[in-house]
Amino acid sequence: MDRIPILRLGKFLLVTVQVDMHDRLALALQDDLTTEIVAHRARGVLIDISAVDVVDSFMGRMLANIAGMSRILDAETVVVGMQPSVAITLVELGLSLPGIRTALNVDRGMDLLRASQESEGPASDNRAIQ
Amino acid sequence: MANCTIADVIEQYEGDLLSDWIRRQQESLAARRDLISEAELRTDSRNLLSVLRETVSRGGDLNVTHAEWAKARDMLGDLSRRRVVQGFTPSETATFVFSLKQPLFDRIVNASSNDPQAIADLMWSATLLLDSLGLYTVEFFQKSREQLITRQQQEMLELSTPVVELWNGILALPLIGTLDSNRTQVVMQNLLEAIVAKETVIAIIDITGVPTVDTLVAQHLLKTVAAARLMGAECLISGIRPQIAQTIIHLGVDLGGVTTKATLADAFQIAMRKLGLAVTKA
Repeated sequence: MDRIPILRLGKFLLVTVQVDMHDRLALALQDDLTTEIVAHRARGVLIDISAVDVVDSFMGRMLANIAGMSRILDAETVVVGMQPSVAITLVELGLSLPGIRTALNVDRGMDLLRASQESEGPASDNRAIQ
Repeated sequence: MANCTIADVIEQYEGDLLSDWIRRQQESLAARRDLISEAELRTDSRNLLSVLRETVSRGGDLNVTHAEWAKARDMLGDLSRRRVVQGFTPSETATFVFSLKQPLFDRIVNASSNDPQAIADLMWSATLLLDSLGLYTVEFFQKSREQLITRQQQEMLELSTPVVELWNGILALPLIGTLDSNRTQVVMQNLLEAIVAKETVIAIIDITGVPTVDTLVAQHLLKTVAAARLMGAECLISGIRPQIAQTIIHLGVDLGGVTTKATLADAFQIAMRKLGLAVTKA
């Protein structure tokens, strides 16, 4: 079964969804991502869905779940590059994903993650000392 | 003349019928002569009469919805489309067909003068035929009008939703006119596409030109804001007039999660500040 690659970028993880997210793929991603966050002690997760043009409520809930899980593991999730049609569909489905931060593209998402890391800078230093 | 049919009558008197018919049309359209040229009227009449003759002489029934009437239907459709553009009323357009009745009836009486029953039968079928052709014309007229209206609506829809770039990263969307579901869909689409195209950070939706805000409109606005947020842009709503502020509160609409400002200028200022920009005197 194919899997969605998870790339490590310093303290962050980058997930680029290039294929149609079918349900089993999404569940596998959830598994892999949580494992990776723990393994690399990642502080942020960037999910790029700019290549996704079809979503359903399951996929919407999946994004919300991933964000929730990451938060528990002390990593912040930013969803980037959502297509207009996808955004409209999610809103029409009543899934405005209030717990997720969003950005226009990977660049902006990275800035967002860095900014929020800097604002809690001392905390991460402490962790480095431990 | 026994067993005389409409086809026989038309064939026998075609030239006569045509000139009589055109004369009658000219009388009834006396006040509207500026809308259509005499030549066009003459061509239309001649064409319809010859199509009519061809179709009825081929036998078959007089039901205009059947396939053998396709040519006549096409002709009438084309005619009513032209009349819509020329500015005729529906009844004037229908009169084009109905004014053929009198000349045709006269010829029917001439053709079969001895048998009252035959005359009555023939007149009845002629009436049925011309009525259904006339009604078809009116129906098509109406349809062409509706198409015209739909097209204009479409054009208005496209005209009335411009997305303006105020600054690098700041978009404004001045909304003018009532928002319905259709329009909101277009507005949303335009805004979101512009957000992608211009790498927007902050979008300002200005509702100064929206006359009324009801729960539906408010819901549409909130949906647009939510969709923009999902794409990673922030939305501000500006141009809220005092009455609209009152209505929103009376309706119990919750605009809590959205930054709202009274004027576009205020919203722009906020947007600049969020981007870390400032305007200073030179």
